[in-house]
Amino acid sequence: MGTREQRLAAIRKSFPDEALVAEVPGGDLQTFRVDRKVLVDLARHLKDDPDLDFKLLLDVCGVDYPERAERFESVYHLSSLTHGHRIRLKVPMPADAPVVPSVYPVWRSADWFEREAFDLMGILFSGHPNLKRILCHPAFQGHALRKDYDPGQRWLLREGEQDEPVWARAVQEDEDHFETQVLNLGPSHPASHGTLRTVVRLDGEVITQAETEIGYLHRCFEKMAESHTWNQVIPYTDRLNYCSSMMNGVGYALAVEKLLGVEAPPRAQSIRIILSELSRVMDHIVDIGANLNDIGAMTPFLYMYEAREELYTVLEACCGSRLTMSYVRVGGVSHDVPADFGEGVRFILKRVPQLVADMERLITENRIFRQRTEGVGKLSSEDAIDWGWTGPCLRACGVPFDVRKSYPYMGYDQLDFKVPIAHGGDTFARYLVRVEEIKQSLRIVEQALEAMPPGPIIISDHNVALPAKEKVYTEMESLIWHFKLVMEGMKVPAGEVYGFTEAANGELGYYIVSDGSGKPYRIKVRPPCFAIFQAYPHMLKGHMIPDAVAILGSLNVIAGELDR
Amino acid sequence: MKREDATRQLLPTVVPGVREVGAAERQPDGSQIFLTTRWEKLLDAARKNSLWPFPFGTACCAIEFMSVVMSHYDLARFGAEVVRFSPRQSDLLIVAGTVTDKMAPVLVRIYEQMAEPKYVISMGACACTGGFYRAYHVVQGIDEFIPVDVYVPGCPPTPEALLRGVVRLQEMIGSGETQYQRNVAAQKAAASVGE
Ligand code: SF4
Repeated sequence: MGTREQRLAAIRKSFPDEALVAEVPGGDLQTFRVDRKVLVDLARHLKDDPDLDFKLLLDVCGVDYPERAERFESVYHLSSLTHGHRIRLKVPMPADAPVVPSVYPVWRSADWFEREAFDLMGILFSGHPNLKRILCHPAFQGHALRKDYDPGQRWLLREGEQDEPVWARAVQEDEDHFETQVLNLGPSHPASHGTLRTVVRLDGEVITQAETEIGYLHRCFEKMAESHTWNQVIPYTDRLNYCSSMMNGVGYALAVEKLLGVEAPPRAQSIRIILSELSRVMDHIVDIGANLNDIGAMTPFLYMYEAREELYTVLEACCGSRLTMSYVRVGGVSHDVPADFGEGVRFILKRVPQLVADMERLITENRIFRQRTEGVGKLSSEDAIDWGWTGPCLRACGVPFDVRKSYPYMGYDQLDFKVPIAHGGDTFARYLVRVEEIKQSLRIVEQALEAMPPGPIIISDHNVALPAKEKVYTEMESLIWHFKLVMEGMKVPAGEVYGFTEAANGELGYYIVSDGSGKPYRIKVRPPCFAIFQAYPHMLKGHMIPDAVAILGSLNVIAGELDR
Repeated sequence: MKREDATRQLLPTVVPGVREVGAAERQPDGSQIFLTTRWEKLLDAARKNSLWPFPFGTACCAIEFMSVVMSHYDLARFGAEVVRFSPRQSDLLIVAGTVTDKMAPVLVRIYEQMAEPKYVISMGACACTGGFYRAYHVVQGIDEFIPVDVYVPGCPPTPEALLRGVVRLQEMIGSGETQYQRNVAAQKAAASVGE
């Protein structure tokens, strides 16, 4: 991991002009303000220079500052897997010409992220091959995340106005293509996992072209976050990846805590770790089960779901809710765990491995399963990084990148666990990685449970956390704190932060901008499966429809997180 | 086939006046078994006990719907386990999850594709009212677009709540309260006024 100076020097080699590339002092990440004229050249340099080696573009997003002369800002987060360092680029642009060159030619992962910034913020990415709306429907007017857009303003979409890829309308009927046809999968399709739509062109049975359409579950998380106080955002985060809601809340709370400069007490951290890892188990269980179900193996899903019900029991005992937990608070968690928490978790530690073993005996060596998945949906590690993959899907391509190991948080470095990888890069490899991750997560839970310290579960700083209820009833000062926090919300110092954690699907990032008021100014979520899913249509070529179903299941695309 | 003939086939022995009741169907005290009902009632009884749900699962609520179908809560106990993903094969539309403006035309199309009689359960706060997404891309309750019979509250509703919703729908079918049945009744009434 080089220092800021080394990175700056490596950039100055080719970009000596301060006016074009300027370093912004301070901040959680090294930040550069870049003139849009040199953006693409700089991007190339960042990617290709071996001292910098930013192969992974994590996120592109737009921010709107109506009172500034240069109203819009397009923000890029980059990471280098070899050096482990990260930087942020900011490209300002004026309100009357919000145009910036597309970095898609450099990193393919920019594809959907740029389309999203265009859709929601109205930033034009010149040179992007397919710049059209991605989350909002085609009849939508305006750009929803601009500050002057009314959050409640809806536009109706009528039947027949839906989007269709241009190529799907063209007829292909020559000698070589007498059997081609266009097939529409989804958005309501048994294997479409909620609300995904894929349009494919088939030649015989083989897919020759594909395009996916998302946004059917775009619930405006980012706009909603701007009109709620910091803690009120937590229930919304639960509904991002709803298969493992705890981890979204943890990631968000950590990011806000980073901005506040506080840290949750050790007991809260270890509760967070235990429940996060249990959530990871839950998520993988549903994913594996649903994937197997889609390719015709119903029984393992029933085994896996039993495990999930056991996990629900423990979660429900902690916070009263099975699925959408809302258990995390900025600065800790909302309640202490119940007295029989340890017992419940120890039961899970015994029971879940049995169920996983049952499933493994049925599936891992099963010939039909192997034939359906081996070599299907193969992606090389270079391509995976280029598309912005993280998490189990990237590890199945042989890249041992895990945020818990590379950038430990909440004390993951104190725990002994391995990061499983596989080399196939195919659907089967993704299955293997997930199964092994379930086992590793249970190991983490076991250790964290043994080491769980007593003590408070939320910080005592009453600028952030509510005082205890008994005190509110008996002490004047606590009552005032309570009143202020409830009525105004906590005040988070102005600034920006990119907080990232390892969620079930990969790196879940929150880019948060605060203006010092009681509500977030801008929250951009970097959803792991957004980057993963954009590679999907490209992976389909040459496969058949049943393979498409198998691949989709193995990517674990969760619509809530994908569309937000 | 005339309606009487159909009844005769369905119930060869218990409908009085249709055929002599044999000795085997006599009660121990020698009296005969009678069961009289209306044709519609009989159909409703059959329908309510074999609902075929179409899960229109879009979001988090769909995960809880899965829990309801799985062995722990087991929707099969209520005769509604035959989950079908084709609207042509199902008569109960369970909308589980947030419906966005982009999704609304799809929902309407699927509802229209279902054969009658059809019933709708709206599962979860989002499907009922838009939930806490008072936002630019979210339908504020699916009853903007399609008629709903049972609203199940919760975010997500517990599996027990959804089961209660299914049972409530069965009761409603039994007593002719669903939107579909009321529409049919209203049409009949209008037709008889016209005569
Ligand atoms: S009601 Fe709640 S749980 Fe259900 S879809 Fe809406 S947000 Fe998700």
